[in-house]
Amino acid sequence: MTVLAVTEQRRGELRDPSFELITAGRQLADDLDSELHLAVIGGDVDGYADQLNREGVDAIHTVADGEEFNHDIYTQAVTAMADAHEPDAVLMANTVNGLDFAPAVAGQLDVPLVTDAVDFDASGTPEVTREQYGGKVETTVDIEADQFALTIRPAEWAKAEGTGDADIAAFDFDLDESAVRSTVTGFEEVGSGDVDISEADILVSVGRGIEEEDNLPLVEELADALGATLSSSRPIVDNGWLPKNRQVGQSGKVVTPDVYIAIGISGAVQHVAGMKGSDTIVAINTDPNAPIMDIADYAIVDDLFDVVPELIEEFGGEAS
Amino acid sequence: MKVLVTVKEVAEVDDEFAIDGLDVDESYLEYDLNEWDDYAVEEAVQLSEANDDVEVVTVTVGPERADETIRMALAKGADRALRVWDDAIAGAEFLDPGTKAQLLEAIVEEEEPDLVLTGVQSGDDAFGATGVALAERVGFEWAAVVNDLEHDVEANDSSVRRELEGGVEELTDVEGPAVLTIQTGINEPRYASLRGIRQAQRKPLDVQTLDDLGLEESVLETQVELTSMYEPESESDAVIWEGAADETAGELASFLRDSGVVEG
Repeated sequence: MTVLAVTEQRRGELRDPSFELITAGRQLADDLDSELHLAVIGGDVDGYADQLNREGVDAIHTVADGEEFNHDIYTQAVTAMADAHEPDAVLMANTVNGLDFAPAVAGQLDVPLVTDAVDFDASGTPEVTREQYGGKVETTVDIEADQFALTIRPAEWAKAEGTGDADIAAFDFDLDESAVRSTVTGFEEVGSGDVDISEADILVSVGRGIEEEDNLPLVEELADALGATLSSSRPIVDNGWLPKNRQVGQSGKVVTPDVYIAIGISGAVQHVAGMKGSDTIVAINTDPNAPIMDIADYAIVDDLFDVVPELIEEFGGEAS
Repeated sequence: MKVLVTVKEVAEVDDEFAIDGLDVDESYLEYDLNEWDDYAVEEAVQLSEANDDVEVVTVTVGPERADETIRMALAKGADRALRVWDDAIAGAEFLDPGTKAQLLEAIVEEEEPDLVLTGVQSGDDAFGATGVALAERVGFEWAAVVNDLEHDVEANDSSVRRELEGGVEELTDVEGPAVLTIQTGINEPRYASLRGIRQAQRKPLDVQTLDDLGLEESVLETQVELTSMYEPESESDAVIWEGAADETAGELASFLRDSGVVEG
């Protein structure tokens, strides 16, 4: 009986979800009364395996094929490991790369897949807790199968600590090169530019609630009046209203200002991942149940178009 | 070439709502084209505008209500639409990504597209898995979370950027035929023109049943079962400033001054 957790690396470093997978994997292994095995694929696998040898890990299987993540290699290697070790569950991270190979692994193994778990209990019939409708509701799903695949939401489980005594071994695996039909040719950092929002002490951050591009000067004036820097949630950048270097969140910048003023931002999980480390979070939003309220320290439940002009006036600015 | 775009009609929930059984009560739901799919449709339409002889076909798994959403995709420039539905699918308890991938697999076999575009995820249940699951089933190559696409129509190869976390993009070459899952922001989805809306009424929209697709009802049997839905307990311990806008703005101003981060 095993749980197989598939770790992630990028450009020479293990990514945080790899260590969260150990914690979640140990929880799942305890529920199922099984061992926790890790898969480490690509790059400096021996170095990675040493770092991943933390408390609760029973075995680590390495596959050195590929320098960077490639879903064809990951899918083949994990499928081969699953054939060899017959895990009860294959655990992966609900990251961009996780989404790029987990469904293929589940398909190859012909097992059900549940994604983006925020909690689970597999002591009986495996039950997974997920969010739906942008976090407005939670659901539970039962998995009625002897073997299943699961992806966990990043940052929901703590990173594993401690030193382990796992058996580390290269997994005997022959890559079918002809089945590798995509090639990573490079990486690019985006969103640099004249402004670094991660350096700001105060961020005035604007979201979908601003409704129209023509309304943006309102929050720009507030930022000016406060001596703050303007940032935004994803939809504003998707719409092309602000450049990428203003985007806070999972695919943008992680920010930790003294004060983060979220204006018309509902607080999707991808956004929260980028700003929850702020010292003080103030939310201005019409919806008292918006997820942003869960992490706000102070909140004004009102229309931003009423509140922001008053605030500008407080600081001697002129609302347009 | 032929581009197949999978589109989903998703429900959005009002700020105030109630749950009835395993879903939000219908009266609190509003239906719309899934945001990610809107970008996928636009990307396909742009391909058809930039190249000769590109047909854009959309496919939806959904009830008759979804026709309105499908017509919007046609109005934006898709050439024709397929909708997969019948009483058996309507009666299915839960369409998980594996099940949807099987339904879409039958469409891919029938249509033989050169390229399939899907949204990264749907805004309602957000599994984010159907596109890659479909690719695996039909033996296509794939790329997930694509925010830039250059497609070579002659070779049927794609050069894409995948949007990774933390402001990093991965540049990847993908051999066709492929399934690409499209991220928001890749383009600027157009609004349907009045002319487009009129034309959409005359474009073909065919309904396909399991029987039409040569599938048995057993494809609907899933090992994943939805067992409960509830409102999460609020974790909020925020101090709520109450009152008229000038009062709440005043509270916030005092806080900012007192904490010393703002002068003036």
